Amino acid sequence: MNVSRRELMVGAGAWSAASFAAPAWAQFRVEISGVGATQVPIAIARFRDEDKSGQLLSGIVRADLERSGLFKGADVTTVLDETGQPQYSDWRSRTVDALVGGSVTKLADGRFDVRFKLWDVVKGVEVGGQSNAVAPGDLRLAAHRIADYVYEKLTGEKGVFSTRIAYVTKAGTRFTLRVADADGENAQVALTSPEPIISPSWAPDGRELAYVSFESQKAVIWSQDVLSGKRSMVVNFRGSNSAPAISPDGSTLAATLSRDGNSQIYVMGRDGGNPRRVTNSNGIDTEPAFSPDGKSLYFVSDRGGGPQIYRQPVSGGGAERITFNGSYNISPAISPDGRTLAYITRNGNAFKLMVMDLASGNPQSITDTSDDEKPSFAPNSRLIVFATRAQGHDVLMTTTLDGKIKARLVSTLADVREPDWGPFAR
Amino acid sequence: MKLFKSSLIAAAAVALISGCASSVKLDDVPVETRAATPAGAASAGADTGAASQSQVTTVDLSKQADAMLAGTAKVIYFDYDSYVVRGEYKPTIEANAKALTTDRKRHLVVEGHTDERGGREYNLALGQKRAEAVVKSLELLGATEAQLEAVSFGKERPAVQGSDEAAWAKNRRAELVYR
Repeated sequence: MNVSRRELMVGAGAWSAASFAAPAWAQFRVEISGVGATQVPIAIARFRDEDKSGQLLSGIVRADLERSGLFKGADVTTVLDETGQPQYSDWRSRTVDALVGGSVTKLADGRFDVRFKLWDVVKGVEVGGQSNAVAPGDLRLAAHRIADYVYEKLTGEKGVFSTRIAYVTKAGTRFTLRVADADGENAQVALTSPEPIISPSWAPDGRELAYVSFESQKAVIWSQDVLSGKRSMVVNFRGSNSAPAISPDGSTLAATLSRDGNSQIYVMGRDGGNPRRVTNSNGIDTEPAFSPDGKSLYFVSDRGGGPQIYRQPVSGGGAERITFNGSYNISPAISPDGRTLAYITRNGNAFKLMVMDLASGNPQSITDTSDDEKPSFAPNSRLIVFATRAQGHDVLMTTTLDGKIKARLVSTLADVREPDWGPFAR
Repeated sequence: MKLFKSSLIAAAAVALISGCASSVKLDDVPVETRAATPAGAASAGADTGAASQSQVTTVDLSKQADAMLAGTAKVIYFDYDSYVVRGEYKPTIEANAKALTTDRKRHLVVEGHTDERGGREYNLALGQKRAEAVVKSLELLGATEAQLEAVSFGKERPAVQGSDEAAWAKNRRAELVYR
């Protein structure tokens, strides 16, 4: 039995038309390209009764694991629940190393009980499993949690599938700030405006977003609690107020202010109080990004002519130049483990995502696209989400740090841009 | 000493305004032309039948300032990656500076914009730099800091759509907005 991915998609589509609303099958829009160096072959069996829940949980788990670059999903139509006893020899003959099965049961109170089990096919043993009762709106979250469990058991590292990504869509003249699952789906609207919204930036607790809104006909920094929708204007000085970045301990906000005549970086309280200027140049200093220990700021400055990335202690002191290749390097993002810098370089007319191992200082281009913008690291430092253009639209993509596995997120006719990957906490 | 300082400012003003003149065509920006008519002059007599002896006719200087600006561009275009106000905009700067010095209650917001190439935040800062260059040249001609604010929309609010040099040239601009 060797069902191709395409046949599976067609089958699922016909099935969905019969029983469910189309958005339930959104996970199949994830387009994954590339081949990883070492990938664990894994089979995610169809969960018993998942077709009655409106979400194809097994498909979500598979797409999550494949997007990480560390797994290769097998095409499976077999239904297997967590109480089943897998025939290890059958799975071994299909060169599958790990297997997941499960079930979705509707409870009397309207919730769904999602259960699963992970088996090590090579050793022929059960690894473990869980059960999780969730509201219908959290079925995708339940699937992402299963993917996190599997990822952690098999790689020893924390998965990021149940984290969230904030991004901005533009459709016509409407700008919308959205908060979505890490696969870009299940997007919920945090703010919608006729004026531009840029630079969303998560607080480390994953509850608050800072962003720049032009609703008052200039760049002003706002902060919003994503659960309640309660928002407040936090930085509104004379001139422009932009590029918010919240410190890793959540206590301070770094931002670019032009109140003293040119765009410079200031550090202030989370409420915008007591701004202290931390950069001092005659040119543009912007896009501050805190180092994971909160002690340094990476930022962009054109003090040497074109824009380059520099690093400077938050407490003050000299700035050290980090990028030397190319005449235009912007939008620094630091991996949470502090090892990697991602940024955008201009190469002729192309804008390319680069990653630099900070220990060696060697930059590497990792995309085939040429309008890359605004990289942001997953909280486990293993993936980067970035904005780029494809088929005439602004789209979001994720990539592994070696550039080998990429996935396009969020298929929509709207332009999608300005991603910021949220923390583990949710 | 004072004389020396003012001549220095004048030199700086010339330096800011000058620069390469390019062949980029000025967009035909519609300028609102309002006649400097005294407020209420047209309707006062009609409603009451006869002019009251205590009537006072208001002269609004802001209307005169508008008349002063009639015929001058409200958009200043820039070269790629540049924030130098080109020499061809000297009359625009002078007319707006005069409008601001004539009526100190007037407020002008200078909105800087960039073309679509490059990062959003860096473009926001570049647009800010363009707006600040215009504000500085207005201040050098007598407008006060309190009358002016430089803001930027970066690449977020293009004047025209398109991804060619013609579109980009129209989007690298500063707009003068009286509020």
